[in-house]
Amino acid sequence: MTFQIPIALITFYAFASILIASAVMVISAKNPVHSVLYLILSFFNAAGIFILLGAELISMTLIIVYVGAVAVLFLFVVMMVDFKAPGEGLSGSLKIVAGLIGSVLICETTFLFCTWQSSPFAKEGLTNPMPEGRTNAHSLGDILYTDYFLLFQVSGLILLVAIIGAITLTLRDRTRSRTQVISEQVGRDPKETVVMVKVKSGQGVSHD
Amino acid sequence: MTELFMGLWSSYGFPLLIILFKIMALVLPLIICVAYLTYFERKVIGYMQLRLGPNTVGPFGLFQPFADAIKLMHKEIILPTAASSFIFIMAPILTFTLSLVAWAVIPVGAGLVISNVNVGVLYLFAISSLGVYGIIMAGWASNSKYAFLGALRSAAQMISYEVSIGVVIACVLLCVGSLNLTDVVMAQKKIWFVIPLMPMFVVFIISILAETNRAPFDLPEAEAELVAGYNVEYSSMTFALFFLGEYANMILMSALTTILFLGGWLPPFQCSFFSMIPGVVWFAAKVAFVLFIFLWVRATFPRYRYDQLMRLGWKVFLPLTLLWLVITATVIKLTGWTASMSTGVLS
Repeated sequence: MTFQIPIALITFYAFASILIASAVMVISAKNPVHSVLYLILSFFNAAGIFILLGAELISMTLIIVYVGAVAVLFLFVVMMVDFKAPGEGLSGSLKIVAGLIGSVLICETTFLFCTWQSSPFAKEGLTNPMPEGRTNAHSLGDILYTDYFLLFQVSGLILLVAIIGAITLTLRDRTRSRTQVISEQVGRDPKETVVMVKVKSGQGVSHD
Repeated sequence: MTELFMGLWSSYGFPLLIILFKIMALVLPLIICVAYLTYFERKVIGYMQLRLGPNTVGPFGLFQPFADAIKLMHKEIILPTAASSFIFIMAPILTFTLSLVAWAVIPVGAGLVISNVNVGVLYLFAISSLGVYGIIMAGWASNSKYAFLGALRSAAQMISYEVSIGVVIACVLLCVGSLNLTDVVMAQKKIWFVIPLMPMFVVFIISILAETNRAPFDLPEAEAELVAGYNVEYSSMTFALFFLGEYANMILMSALTTILFLGGWLPPFQCSFFSMIPGVVWFAAKVAFVLFIFLWVRATFPRYRYDQLMRLGWKVFLPLTLLWLVITATVIKLTGWTASMSTGVLS
């Protein structure tokens, strides 16, 4: 007789329940820093669910990009702002807008629970059906760097333009600050800059 | 009833026990290594500065780490009144746990790995990018200016150098064609990557010094300005966990260097004498060598200024590594050479 413990199911529900609980805490925590920390926790659990799906590359990318970089910037900003004054909360009109957006999102999520059927032709429409024995990284690499190479490069260029734009907007004139030119410092010749002097006692050195 | 119990035992209990045993077999030696790394550091720096280092506790001072541990355990854990207590306690635990968790994918010998995952390199990169949270949380939760400044410095520094570490890893992965750490090592059977990728090796070594907050990039704990940086409010075991986490991270980064550039557990030449020595010994020897570089640098170089540190990361390493990435990709495309093809590790 065998009694199977549904490990995958238990793990899924563990991840999912922590994910939802921490997502609720993100919007209900009083302290914004705690909110960001809960957000990180929910990212983690999302990554765990991706692993259960067999999408290990996406899960690792989620952790590297969102937890390792984006959330750090969030934390930076949130920690820098002074939150001592208790917030007034949202104004009346904003509350209505927020409620509208929230209810639309909830409606969309409930559609997931309707019975869905994928079209019998859906499989032919797939650009790259995942071949057997290929890892996530290989399949994603094929799509991004071979099939849609140009589109991928263009999206990268757009991001580059955005970065340059952000830098130009915030760059201030630094004419008065003294920047260090390391090549100049390293390139100095000791013979020209240092003078060895034998000082006789009681006489000192005159400086010309 | 007993049948059910036996079934559960053979299908779940026993495999679980084996996994636990594997973890213990890795973590216990690791913690002993961490303890002795502190001793090794004090000895090496001592000799480099013409001192003896610890020499009173036990023969050659060998019991010094235990003396330190006992001393730390007997001290009181101080919780600052204005501190955010839960996060304050979580921060050192997180730092220490992360430094141990990463070892799950490190192959210390042929087949000697707890979990041989497909995306091992990314897993390591993800875990090392999380290390910054322990420090930020500690700095923020302490509610102290010094700790906070140290934490912010550290966060900015670690993010900056992660960029170049990421690009260097991408260079190596281009040569391997797989994200699996065992494949990375097996791809170096003919030639260690340190030779074709020499400049990247240098960049990587310098970047891991910055990533682990070690001298000459130890600004987060610059004693002179910040009294000790992010861990100034910590005492006793909470401090010890930070300390152990830092050293475990050093060992982890050395292991990563060994795997990416120094051929992991492979001997330098394929001859019968070298093959007789087990792979674990080679691995440990290479890790010890990289750790020695850590200590050597600490005893040799003065601390960087903060703007110099940022300049090095963003204006020197980032363009250099990107350039080298393009060169590597071009060479591989033109010659059609990849290590995985030459050794046939990958299908």
